[in-house]
Amino acid sequence: MDFNDTPQEAEFRAKCRAWLEANAELKTKKTNSAKNMNIGNKSLLEAAAEWQKKKYDAGWAMIHWPKEFGGIGATPIERIIWAQEESKFNVPKGVYEIGLGMAGPVMMEYATDEQKERYLPPMAEGKEIWCQLFSEPSAGSDVAGLRSKAVQDGENWIVNGQKVWTSGAHFSDFGILVVRHDPGLEKHKGLTFFFVDMKSPGIEVKPIKQLTGGSSFNEVYFNDVVIPDSQRLGEIGDGWKVAITTLMNERLAVGDADGVDANEAFELAKKHDKDGEQLIDNNAVRESIADWYCEASGLKNTKLRTMSALSRGDTPGPEASITKIVSANKLQAIGNFGMDSSDMSGMLMDEKSDFIKFQMAWMGAAGLRIAGGTDEILKNIIAERVLGLPQEARADKGLAFKDIPSGS
Amino acid sequence: MNLDFSDDQKLLKEEAKKFLTKEDALKINRAVMDSDKTYDHELWNKIVGLGWTGIRIPEEYQGLGLSHLELCVIAEELGRQVAPVPFSSSVYLFTETMIEFGSEEQKNSILPKLVTGDVIGTLAIAETNSAPSKDNISVALKDGKLSGTKIAVPDAEVATHAVVVAKNGDNVSLCVVDLNSDDVDITEQRNIDESRGYYSVSFNGANAEIIGDEESGWSNLEKIMDHAAVLFSFEQIGGAQASLDMANKYAKERYAFGRPIGSFQSMKHKLADMYVALTLAKSNSFYGAWALSSNAAELPTAAATARVSATKAFQLCSQENIQTHGGNGFTWEYDCHMFYKRSKVLSLNLGSLPSWREKLIKSLEQANTKL
Repeated sequence: MDFNDTPQEAEFRAKCRAWLEANAELKTKKTNSAKNMNIGNKSLLEAAAEWQKKKYDAGWAMIHWPKEFGGIGATPIERIIWAQEESKFNVPKGVYEIGLGMAGPVMMEYATDEQKERYLPPMAEGKEIWCQLFSEPSAGSDVAGLRSKAVQDGENWIVNGQKVWTSGAHFSDFGILVVRHDPGLEKHKGLTFFFVDMKSPGIEVKPIKQLTGGSSFNEVYFNDVVIPDSQRLGEIGDGWKVAITTLMNERLAVGDADGVDANEAFELAKKHDKDGEQLIDNNAVRESIADWYCEASGLKNTKLRTMSALSRGDTPGPEASITKIVSANKLQAIGNFGMDSSDMSGMLMDEKSDFIKFQMAWMGAAGLRIAGGTDEILKNIIAERVLGLPQEARADKGLAFKDIPSGS
Repeated sequence: MNLDFSDDQKLLKEEAKKFLTKEDALKINRAVMDSDKTYDHELWNKIVGLGWTGIRIPEEYQGLGLSHLELCVIAEELGRQVAPVPFSSSVYLFTETMIEFGSEEQKNSILPKLVTGDVIGTLAIAETNSAPSKDNISVALKDGKLSGTKIAVPDAEVATHAVVVAKNGDNVSLCVVDLNSDDVDITEQRNIDESRGYYSVSFNGANAEIIGDEESGWSNLEKIMDHAAVLFSFEQIGGAQASLDMANKYAKERYAFGRPIGSFQSMKHKLADMYVALTLAKSNSFYGAWALSSNAAELPTAAATARVSATKAFQLCSQENIQTHGGNGFTWEYDCHMFYKRSKVLSLNLGSLPSWREKLIKSLEQANTKL
């Protein structure tokens, strides 16, 4: 056992590092705070675009992609090494991840050669931003229950309906979209997948105000939007099959919750007094921090086990599937603890105080436990895919979509 | 990056699994529970014959001279099959103390016999209902004679020798005692796990020999507890995995309301929670194994982290395995209770979960370790 890179990995890491050092600034304690994507923040978009272009020109934008689309055909472990090194630098984040992580793989697998040539390089270069249009007001965890409708009209499809929780829709150029082409078929069989120009007439984007007060997501309305059949990805009726590739990516990849962790709880407990006693001397506090430390350490070491498998060239086990459930719940608990530590004044927010990170963690965690697969759905996935338990009996099996009870 | 066992170590694990399955360790464990015995002599002899008691003992003392990592994979398999043998007492506690702190003479006289099984060892710490500390040890060593009573000493009846934590003037020292001496009285104490033996051991002026620096007995004990914490954690993840596997199998086979109970979300989520706890414990135990085998400065933190996670995982998995089995889980006939009881003795044997959480926080305070 060891934590060293192989000689090839070390060489690759040094290459990443050298380029990053020449082109970006290392994070310092001051700049090392996770920033949420700020809607309408032009400067973040510009900064992100500039950084993406810089990476693209040097071949670092999508290193695992084939050369013809701007990559270098990197191995999975090289991708991780690059991501590790990039995360140590203070570079803009939160604009391109969805497009590159979700739309990229679908286009790579289902688009025609001409389309790949047209769309993939600008996606990697950051010239064109992509979003993902899946969730709907009545289709969250049961995303296959979506109702947006596509009707074929010669060479085109006419789309009507509403999508929701679309990150970055307001600044995206294109989106990947799954819609219902036939409500007379069973739920999963009546779906078809497209990509759509977000500037198409009939598309309207409205920001959602989150409980945090911020807006990272949107509602997207489709009113008689025309999509050429050439922008269909996969066969008519294959929409679920195409969608599931990206959903599995998302549900398993929405990983570690950024924010306060066991270390911050520990530091805080050393600072706060209760009845003349430091909180860290309180037994209940010590026990909670010990448990959070074990969870954080468990996640870190789980990641190292996954990396070890990749480094050997093996397929990793399913162990990383625990990441989001554990980290989002831990974040919520630590946020709670932080505020409790200030007792009667724990609710007071001060932008200038470091303490606000516990309050932001508490609020953000409520969303993280839902985004990209709720705790409940993730546990179903572990139970069914990892432990092989049978599916839940379903009330919608064998029914035409239009006959499924919807409660409305 | 290689936080994993080598192919050879994985092969050893597979062989251990095959051996214990062929012997049907679970069935042997049940037989021990149904008898007056506290371990299985025949299975123990076969384990000695395979060389497992000498895994960590250097070749110059006739051992196999392998590392802690080989011991970890064996521990996981012993835990998976709740083997009723004095392995943890003799190997993780007594042998580790001998290797770490024994004088050349002590090593020469005892280590080869641990390999052959002529010596079986244990470690005697507790005296009262409070967690042991260097301030509440009263078993006393004076002029090479030991007097006082230890309780909850594992495997004392089968053991030939014990390392005893003793008050030695102003110091706490570790010393080795021959348990077959006439000046030692051993009485079985009833305990929650019928396949394990715990004893009160009274020393009435028995001859004892100091092992290790006589002033450093308590810190040496803490070091051995760190070693044992990692090794116990592998027994615990083995037992947790077995409990989860049992629950999983039963949830697929047992029907209620016209369908397998494993198709109900409440059951799926229960089993997913078990998987999450086990995965965290396994990853932390791997890290503990690295720290132990490389004698890293991080060992106290890594050992406590592995220990807390593994204790939580085995306790959760074994208790929810019973719950998954419903009424059947509460019977003597089903195997669930063997894991439930073993999970608790494995936890208490080295000190409770709260005690290890406290050790973890102390190690963080001392080392200023960050994640």
